[in-house]
Amino acid sequence: MQYQNTRRISSFILLGLLLLGAALVSGCSKEEAKETPKSPELVPVLTGTLTIAGSTSVQPFSEVLAEKFMAENQRVKVNVQGGGSSQGIEAAISGAANIGASSRDLKTEEKSKVVDTKIALDGIAIVVNPANTMKSLKTEEVRNIYMGNIKNWKELGGPDAPITVVSREDGSGTREAFTTLIMDKKDIIKTAIIQNSTGAVRTTVAGDKNAIGYISLANLNNEIKAVEIDGVAATVDNVKTGIYKVQRPFLYVTKEAPTGLAKVFMDFVLSPEGQKIMVEEGAISIK
Amino acid sequence: MEKIVEIDMIKSKKYKDKAGFRKRNNAMLKNINAEKLIETILLLSAAAFILVIVLITLFIFAKGVPLVMQVGIDDFLFNSDWRPMKGAFGIWAMFVGSLTVTFSSMLWAVPLGIITAVFMAEIAPPVIGRWLGRLIELLAGIPSVVYGFIGLIVIVPFIREVLGGNGLSVLAGAIILGIMILPTIINIARDAIMAVPQEYKESSLALGATHYQTIARVIIPAARSGIITAVVLGMGRAIGETMAVVMVTGNSTVIPENILSPVRTMTSNIVLEMGYAAGDHQAALFATGMVLFIFIVCLNLMVTISAKAGRK
Repeated sequence: MQYQNTRRISSFILLGLLLLGAALVSGCSKEEAKETPKSPELVPVLTGTLTIAGSTSVQPFSEVLAEKFMAENQRVKVNVQGGGSSQGIEAAISGAANIGASSRDLKTEEKSKVVDTKIALDGIAIVVNPANTMKSLKTEEVRNIYMGNIKNWKELGGPDAPITVVSREDGSGTREAFTTLIMDKKDIIKTAIIQNSTGAVRTTVAGDKNAIGYISLANLNNEIKAVEIDGVAATVDNVKTGIYKVQRPFLYVTKEAPTGLAKVFMDFVLSPEGQKIMVEEGAISIK
Repeated sequence: MEKIVEIDMIKSKKYKDKAGFRKRNNAMLKNINAEKLIETILLLSAAAFILVIVLITLFIFAKGVPLVMQVGIDDFLFNSDWRPMKGAFGIWAMFVGSLTVTFSSMLWAVPLGIITAVFMAEIAPPVIGRWLGRLIELLAGIPSVVYGFIGLIVIVPFIREVLGGNGLSVLAGAIILGIMILPTIINIARDAIMAVPQEYKESSLALGATHYQTIARVIIPAARSGIITAVVLGMGRAIGETMAVVMVTGNSTVIPENILSPVRTMTSNIVLEMGYAAGDHQAALFATGMVLFIFIVCLNLMVTISAKAGRK
């Protein structure tokens, strides 16, 4: 009895010690990692806090950029907040944020109040199944499909088959871009299939020969086919030259021309490294 | 002389006894200390667990209740207009969706599950019953996202080609969910059937009833409360399941017209939109979770009540 009990208690203690040890080891390794400077070339030590607020479409990009930036500059804290493009611009004007993020062009009354820097482009490709014979659609045809006014490919000169409308979930940046650029802010039909990732939209469209969907242009692959919009092919080059219209800019706006920490951060975003991150995350580089 | 020796012996015996007593006493004290230590650890673990549950519940309600108050319970629950970006938060379509998918999955999984349980407990030779049991445990261990993936790759295209529509439908969800709740139903129902006292079966057979009659008229009625528990727990699992359902049901925010229509469940609604939701939208998702929570608590109450009723 006694022996068993002691053994039980000692195993408890042993387990506790093990856990404690594991916690300590992991804690140590983190601290060590913090202490080693990653990029010795950035000798002048940057300090301070930078706040970026605005478009929820730009937010995920800003978050990744901020993470990388903070990894290189240990003593800088970058806060990334959402709120929407208009709020971001407002925040930049009022000084609530150092940088405002916008996923639309500035309105005329805003242009006089802020300085904007284009950090990337976002293109939306309208995609169909590779077996679909449709090569080109007009913007209003896509809009009518998504509003539920066109329900059959026959109405567009295709085969007699009902259209499977595939959309993204409410709150998604891609959906926001699509509703702004194509839908003219009108509601997407409620019977649309909703998928919550680019991959899921791709799989759905790739599996259903009557489906239509939209994804970020950077995520195109050969499982699906991007249709021409108003006769212009959805390619990165056509987005950069501006002839493919289903696109929008990602802007960082500041009250004055960027200075100090904001300038260093924006230089980082526009550097080849920063632009590479943007492309990896699904945007189109401005370079 | 003899007396002295005797006394000495007695003394020494007494002395030995005392030493023994002291030893035992020490051991007992040690045991009591250990006992207390373990009891405290157990108490603390239980307290931490309860605290976590209470905090989660409070958090869900604190986030969800203000929005429901703002929208109005009626408009939140019985309105099927869900456009969170435009301030329309009605989850009726999702509520109906959850019920539709759950009940259509149970429609086939419950009978099949109970029949399998009867087979395993009563008809199959014990060796086969044991092996089947292991296989079913394996089925229960497969992650739900794998079921969803199989559904998306196998069942959805099958429905699309054979039955029409686009395949992402109530039916696909019902098939996948049914497979997922089968292990729950089979395991609990089998345990309930095995727990029926052997005498019931023997008496029934002794009265001349056939094996089938015994199963249908004696064993199943005797195991009723356990079988009901199995069904309700299966239902709980079906309502709470998310990943697999999101992948195969299409997630449209409409009340499904038939089993080939796409549908969105309450759990899907949360997982679909939580990524980017902020402000009222996020609160509406918490409120959806709150409705789900209340629903599942009601289900669990049903289990308790039905189990009690069955025992009488």
